Amino acid sequence: MGAALRKALALASLLLLALLCTACSHDRDPAAPSAVKLGERMSPGPWGQISRGRYLVRAGDCEACHTAPNGAPFAGDRAIPTPFGTIYSSNITPDPETGIGNWTDEDFYRAMHEGIDREGDHLYPAFPYPWYTKLSRDDVLSIKAYLDTLTPVRQVHRHNELPWPLDQRGLMAMWDGMYFQDGTYQPDPKRSAQWNRGAYLVKGLGHCSACHGDKNFAGATDMDDPPTGGYAENAYAPSLAGGVRDGLGSWTEQDIVQYLGTGRNSRTSAAGPMAEVVEQSTQYLSKPDLEAIAVYLKSLPAPKDASVATVDKDTLDRGAALYVDNCEACHLKQGQGEIGAFPPLRQSSAVQANSADTLIGVILDGARIPQTTAEPTGLAMQGFADHLSDAQIADLNTYIRNAWGNHAEAVEADHVADLRETLRKSP
Amino acid sequence: MARRMPPVDVVLVGFGWTASIIAQELTDAGVQVLALERGAWRDTVPDFATDHIQDELRYAVRKQIFESPERETLTFRNNASQTALPMRHLGSFMPAAGVGGAGVHWNGQCWRFLPQDFVIRSHTEQRYGKGFIPADMNLQDWGVTYEELEPHYDRFEYLCGISGQAGNVNGQLVAGGNPFEGPRKRGYPLPPLERSASTVLFDKAAREVGFNPFPCPAANASRPYRNPLGVQMGQCTYCGYCEWFGCGNYSKASPQTTILPVLLRKDNFHFRTHCNVTRVNTDSTGKRATGVTYVDVEGNQIEQPAQMVVLCAFAQHNVHLLLLSKIGQPYDPVSNTGVVGRNYAYQITSSVDVFQKERLNPFMGAGALGQAIDEFNGDNFDHGPHGFVGGGYIALWNTGGRPILQHYLPQDAPKWGAGWKKAMHENYLTACSIATHGSVMSYRTSYLDLDPTWRDVYGNPLLRLTFDFQPNELKMSGFLTDKAAQIGRAIPGASIHEKKRQGPYSIVPYQTTHNTGGAVMGDDPKTSVVNRYLQSWDVPNLWVMGASVFPQNAGYNPTGTVGALTYWSAEAMKRYLKNPGPLVTT
Repeated sequence: MGAALRKALALASLLLLALLCTACSHDRDPAAPSAVKLGERMSPGPWGQISRGRYLVRAGDCEACHTAPNGAPFAGDRAIPTPFGTIYSSNITPDPETGIGNWTDEDFYRAMHEGIDREGDHLYPAFPYPWYTKLSRDDVLSIKAYLDTLTPVRQVHRHNELPWPLDQRGLMAMWDGMYFQDGTYQPDPKRSAQWNRGAYLVKGLGHCSACHGDKNFAGATDMDDPPTGGYAENAYAPSLAGGVRDGLGSWTEQDIVQYLGTGRNSRTSAAGPMAEVVEQSTQYLSKPDLEAIAVYLKSLPAPKDASVATVDKDTLDRGAALYVDNCEACHLKQGQGEIGAFPPLRQSSAVQANSADTLIGVILDGARIPQTTAEPTGLAMQGFADHLSDAQIADLNTYIRNAWGNHAEAVEADHVADLRETLRKSP
Repeated sequence: MARRMPPVDVVLVGFGWTASIIAQELTDAGVQVLALERGAWRDTVPDFATDHIQDELRYAVRKQIFESPERETLTFRNNASQTALPMRHLGSFMPAAGVGGAGVHWNGQCWRFLPQDFVIRSHTEQRYGKGFIPADMNLQDWGVTYEELEPHYDRFEYLCGISGQAGNVNGQLVAGGNPFEGPRKRGYPLPPLERSASTVLFDKAAREVGFNPFPCPAANASRPYRNPLGVQMGQCTYCGYCEWFGCGNYSKASPQTTILPVLLRKDNFHFRTHCNVTRVNTDSTGKRATGVTYVDVEGNQIEQPAQMVVLCAFAQHNVHLLLLSKIGQPYDPVSNTGVVGRNYAYQITSSVDVFQKERLNPFMGAGALGQAIDEFNGDNFDHGPHGFVGGGYIALWNTGGRPILQHYLPQDAPKWGAGWKKAMHENYLTACSIATHGSVMSYRTSYLDLDPTWRDVYGNPLLRLTFDFQPNELKMSGFLTDKAAQIGRAIPGASIHEKKRQGPYSIVPYQTTHNTGGAVMGDDPKTSVVNRYLQSWDVPNLWVMGASVFPQNAGYNPTGTVGALTYWSAEAMKRYLKNPGPLVTT
């Protein structure tokens, strides 16, 4: 299904919903604010709260969405493309007029916990409140304490570019009613504290399944589903579940820690939106937090492996020739890559993901490994959009996804053409 | 009236190899460093990406990666009786413009000079007597020894991830390496590059003649490499596009692939591109630099105040800037007095083309993929019977097999048409060439000064180069070429074409970019511009980097020594920052 068709269908369904569900109601959880305490901690002074907030703001990668390219940090105005239209992020610097300078702690908590802003309007779930609702009140107020220390920047919130009736915020109350469950994270007493910390970070502040989880036609993610892969803007975020072929099944906990901490490991390198996540967020997480995330992710079961059709030999032969000409110099003959420099393609879950969109996008537009304190080199790959046709890129993808023991669905030239067009238009 | 920028601690003129090293070292020492680069920002992707960098016509023939002579050039003559004319096209050498400098487009041939090279005058006098040195040869010791530089060579080699085979570790000779090299503390960080068919031919032939061939030290990574700064390089793909091209595979050491990923993350480092520095400013005493003045791309004159100025531009540009800024006494060839512009030197190259039957596939190459012998370099042999000073290595480099400029045809091959094509077809895959790379000494008659007639785009007098090959060098080069021919003839079934270098020196055909001197280092302010730490004798907060400090040239590519001297100087700068003043008193 083409991206345009998918978008049209989703929009039509949402319109239908708007007509049918005019009277959805939703019970709020009045006890939430102080319900959960995650372990004992000392009562911190203002500095302790601020520095904790700074850590959490990085963990949540707030800056990524709340900063426009070349814009002032946290002043918003970054265009967030969604299947429904473009949403502009808001200014979360403490500017009284255009930022959150006049927001009380309670206002801020309500936004994070319920997705409702100071004026009582419903926010769009491009702001990941369906995940942030799991945060403890202490954590939310620490985040606020840190944001309050930023230099106020005047930056008026730009109107979102959404079609009627999606531009009516009241509609989001219905969306919330159908898809949103507020409530602070409840630790699983059967699991270790480390596992619970990992789950809290992955399902809450990290909002990993916002990209790595499947979204329904209305753009909602089921919080109870394991993150088995999903679309992130124009890339595909691979499964974080236990599948050996296309998930984290063959990764060790140390692989996950290294990947999130440095942007690369012996299995793959971060690219695209994830490179940004590593650069701005996960590289700053403490080792215990990264280890907790790894423990949690490694506990996710492997879903039933999808059956994949066998690819015909002619396609593989054409793809193999293209691989020699364009890829082999760096990724080497057996797709083994050069550890530390160029990522392996063999046995890569990103390469064998449910959707080839990330791999297609990298071949079209190139990619850059994140620059981190631990690994400062942002090794980059050029794009091949000008050199390879849609059919060639499809053959090449199909080959890479099925060579050296890899196994994944073939790629069609039409799909490459669609994605090429989408990427060309995207900023 | 020049606009004035906020002051910085240290300003660097240029942003190539030496500036990157100095910036990395001094920012670590805690000072604010600013680099001013006349060219553009460049990075591996997109600028050197493999989808377009292997374009010989664009980069090698049309020279898109070098400095533009329409902005900056020099005038040239062979001797003082001639009138110099400006070079309107690059020819004999290829200075760079742009971040990374010539470190972007070099081959990666990264050598150490011999221990005797640094004490050549005292060594030559001791072994052969004072009378052995021609009267007009300004031969002089460097003021620094190989032993002092050894740890700094080591640092540069480990920064770059040099692929090679050590020949002398702590005085112990190691089989397979260069038996003549100065002792090193440890081996190279990476094993040698894979051999190509032509270097195997050379190796066999050289052994047959009785020489000791070894793999040339290469700044082309033979394996993936993570250097001590944590910067990651990928392994060389042997694409054959090093010299005059940027590397698209993160395999050739350059500032971009070894330092910049770390340096550019620092808050106390900044750089500006398209800034052409035209003056080093001094205070009323003339003893203290107050910063530099540059012209930006809009033509604005901008003053950049600084506590310390480091000249990190190409050798001739450093000298030009000193002359324009009236720092140090300009050299007078008539009285052989003065220092700025004195002891310009170059290198003398020749080759022996070899035509044989075995298929060599020359296109699988790397910039520093080669096999060499060092029997006739420096003073590795008795010069007594030959009557010349200096020497050079003899090597078979397999840098690549680019179709336009890198092919070898027999002397009698037609120059065009069907006959040329036939000769090309018959020889491209099987011909190779043995190169000699000879030293050039400094002479009273080889110097740099300001041209009395020609001016650059900024209205400043152009630099004037007066240079010719002297009998000593032509004799030495002829000797080396004969030895190379001896090796060529030992290749089975080979016919050879001996291409000796003839005088006078012509600046038109490409030879080598290894220009040296003009702001030389030494122990005596009467014969040097900078002291042994590369600090100006006249203006102690001014430093000069690069090959302009070489008192004369040696028989090796200079970058390894430039790198070592830069680290050596950086250590001295750190001492200077704690206690500013001249580090050497006379």
